[in-house]
Amino acid sequence: MTATAEPEASDREVGKARLRKEDARLITGATRWTDNMQLTGMLHMALLRSPVAHARITAIDVTEAVKMPGVLMVLTGQDVAAEQGSLPCAWPITEDMLAPPAPSLAVDRVNFAGEAVALVVARSAAEAHDALAAIDVDYDDLPVVLDMERAVADDADLVHPDLGSNKSATWIFDSAEAGTGADVDQALADSEVVVERTFRQQRLIPAFMEPRSVVVDPSPDSVTMWSATQVPHILRWMLSAVLGIPEQQIRVIAPDVGGGFGGKLQVTPEEVLTLVVARRLGKPVKWTETRTESMLSAHHGRDQLQRITVGASRDGKVTGLKVDLLADMGAYLRLVTPGVPILGAFMFNAIYKFPAYRFTCTNVFTNKVPTDAYRGAGRPEATFAIERIMDELAAELGLDPMDLRERNWIKHDEFPFTTVAGLTYDSGHYEAATDRAKELFGYDALRREQSERRANGDPVQLGIGISTYTEMCGLAPSRVLGALRYAAGGWEHAALRMLPTGKVELITGTSPHGQGHVTAWSQIVADRLGVPFEDVEVLHGDTRVSHRGMDSYGSRSLAVGGVAVVLAADKVLAKARTVAAHLMEAGEGDVEFAAGKFTVRGTSTALSLGDVVVAAHVAHNLPDGMEPGLDAEATFDPDNFSYPHGTHLCATEVDTRTGAVKIRSYVCVDDVGKVVNPMIVEGQVHGGLAQGIAQALYEEAVHDEYGTLTTATLADYLLPSAVDLPHFTTDRTETPALSNPLGVKGVGEAGTIASTPAVVNSIVDALRHMGVDDVEMPCTPMRVWKAINRRGDAVPTTPGAGGGLGSVNVDDQAHARGGAE
Amino acid sequence: MRITVTVDGVDYSDEVEPRTLLVHHLRERLGKTGTVVGCDTSNCGACTVHLDGHSVKSCAVLAVQADGREVTTVEGLAREGRLHPVQQAFHRNHALQCGFCTPGMIMQAIDLLADNPDPDEDEVRHGLEGNLCRCTGYQNIVRAVRDAARQMRPGAGPDAERVDEAKLVGRTPTHTGGGGE
Repeated sequence: MTATAEPEASDREVGKARLRKEDARLITGATRWTDNMQLTGMLHMALLRSPVAHARITAIDVTEAVKMPGVLMVLTGQDVAAEQGSLPCAWPITEDMLAPPAPSLAVDRVNFAGEAVALVVARSAAEAHDALAAIDVDYDDLPVVLDMERAVADDADLVHPDLGSNKSATWIFDSAEAGTGADVDQALADSEVVVERTFRQQRLIPAFMEPRSVVVDPSPDSVTMWSATQVPHILRWMLSAVLGIPEQQIRVIAPDVGGGFGGKLQVTPEEVLTLVVARRLGKPVKWTETRTESMLSAHHGRDQLQRITVGASRDGKVTGLKVDLLADMGAYLRLVTPGVPILGAFMFNAIYKFPAYRFTCTNVFTNKVPTDAYRGAGRPEATFAIERIMDELAAELGLDPMDLRERNWIKHDEFPFTTVAGLTYDSGHYEAATDRAKELFGYDALRREQSERRANGDPVQLGIGISTYTEMCGLAPSRVLGALRYAAGGWEHAALRMLPTGKVELITGTSPHGQGHVTAWSQIVADRLGVPFEDVEVLHGDTRVSHRGMDSYGSRSLAVGGVAVVLAADKVLAKARTVAAHLMEAGEGDVEFAAGKFTVRGTSTALSLGDVVVAAHVAHNLPDGMEPGLDAEATFDPDNFSYPHGTHLCATEVDTRTGAVKIRSYVCVDDVGKVVNPMIVEGQVHGGLAQGIAQALYEEAVHDEYGTLTTATLADYLLPSAVDLPHFTTDRTETPALSNPLGVKGVGEAGTIASTPAVVNSIVDALRHMGVDDVEMPCTPMRVWKAINRRGDAVPTTPGAGGGLGSVNVDDQAHARGGAE
Repeated sequence: MRITVTVDGVDYSDEVEPRTLLVHHLRERLGKTGTVVGCDTSNCGACTVHLDGHSVKSCAVLAVQADGREVTTVEGLAREGRLHPVQQAFHRNHALQCGFCTPGMIMQAIDLLADNPDPDEDEVRHGLEGNLCRCTGYQNIVRAVRDAARQMRPGAGPDAERVDEAKLVGRTPTHTGGGGE
């Protein structure tokens, strides 16, 4: 659309901090959460979950349960075995990957504590839950496999004896084999300095605030499912595949969804079971989980053991990078479980110019809740390991950690840059982001203060942590996903309906659950078509309205879905221009479009887009052969990922007597390319930081030796509250992405990916002079204290207390939280 | 048991099971689905409402305990088409993303401002400590509450809610039902 004039900068919607359209119903309680649904005759399902992690089910007695008040149906796995199919895994990472059948309701064995073993449908939720207590299950215990290193030993007990191994798959990337770099073993052998570390990525729980909920309304000819899901389109496809219901007879609606963070990127047992029982009974059925159910059965995230080796010359040039991962799958392979660590494979080399690289990942079964996507999915893990070991290498070389990074990162004039992992980074400016971050942080002054406090033997030591991250997001080029054996594509779709009153309906295939797409997409359309922001309605999350889409995850919505919106708008304009030229009796080449108006160059003849829409709608006078209407749709499939980057700096004060850590200052300068709505972007950064910092300091899913999750409530799993988090100083640099016409890169995951290593690096930095070179996450006061006092095994490390209990005395320091252990 | 509860200015008389939690009564019987349930342990605060003008976690109050009392939910804050200043401030400061914690957060913020009309950042953070948010990192929530405080001096409680001012006399910062602090 070469003749499309850009609006004046001040009139542009894109780039403006528009307040959100979404807020109106969210701040007044007029929301549409799935659990709010009430349908006539609706029944309620409750699930009985296994208290044991690994056992044979020898008997289930439901005779008392079926007699309970209000109960209509009680089913066990045997009752649905022929119907329930196997839950889908869409990412078989290798040809020979081992994958067990994944029943929604366990049939004869349970493989993790929390797995559903029986269900009750009753007239009320309370009656359904009451009846669960009357079901009697006999379990014959099997050996429990929890530890990954032991699980991969030759004589290990097996999670799935039928598979013959706990190793699901081993996935390797080798730069010498791929032709993207040299042989890493040779490179390391030739290196003057080699540093090796093992880092543990603890298991985390996504802990979206809205518990999952499903409502199914079956009718004889079609079935409607409302679900608190991030992925209505994928869900519809998979429900059809798993249950054999023709896809055109399934409608999935994701109404208001209360957060996801990857945790609702899933096809769940509960969705399948609610559908199965609703169809059997011919009545609407609702299932809503309790928080404990959510923590026991919704997928977890992270959980890797990372052995990482880096080589360098004495003058601080990196020479090679070798990564060996064990990744905990849990008991089953859910939707993208096996692929999560593989997403990290391309990110360990980060922003650095490694000449040689080898990545090996072994996916391991254990008797735990399955893992899957959690904000960042594979990339936070990779970023943590590389940013941590860069600090260790700096210490080994006696260099300032920022200095070491500068010596090795890709310079701004070296873009586009093809990395040792084979990706081509299109744009970036690491120097600019770092300079700005150092300035906001007062880097040099803090280093001076650190020296003084060390010299004075201050009991509260100051540490400075750095994370100069990049990430690959905007998932993703379909061709690349195919090459990685991912079963779906990575394109996104948008459609515009040009209504006769001049208003616009935009249909997007993305499925927002808090990100503000309705607002941001309205801004994009308003700019492109020159219509008022208020005149755009954005429709999403209902497969009958938005029939094509790949949903929201992987920081893809704007970088892929937003671009589809632009392409659809350009199609509308292209046709509108032809109609306008016809109506104004001008040559198409003489017609210009700006600010919602077509004009004929050199004349005063003008026609508003609204006039053209009406003309196209009534079709009284269109060019011969032209179809009426201006509606258009477009699908965008990117040819590259996008690569946000930034520099995060964290200053912590570590009390060497108690191990308590307090974040004194947190500064981040992110480059997410062009920005549609800076207010929304900043909010995404804040939330991302909160989750990344929480991994560093607070959160951990803990199992006891029997495989029982001991952090299955918010009283035990420490979700940070307002007193647990610092004020963040955020800023941006702006290097447009070259891979899409908006120049956008995506922001959803950046804060989470970047922040965790910045925090841990700062803690280790505070204690380095005391001989500390690592603190395992979460860095609770006890872990920090043990690191200082070399008390590894003698003192058990117990998880911290949960958040939100009002446990903090106002007079106490906020950072003392988590110190209840 | 038969109870009568005034919710957002309307009297409701219902037969309830003694075990029914106030939040379930509000949601399931009265259709007040603006108030939500986020956990089982009174940690998250998503269900926060006001009971006789004080914030409570409505999952920690039995419906029968609300008999004869006055409940205000997020649905009862707007007056004559005008949002409450705290609602406005949440919108203006982008203090919500998914919005699930928002009703409870707003109700707790109003309670906080009734106790302390001009809180500093630290006091806001402590005042909201019993309400969890997974999206925002709290920064914009803190900003919104302080912004609202500026907009609505000298305090929100009696003006914002349909509660007799007399009932607020002698109000203490210790709340029933696990409210915020």
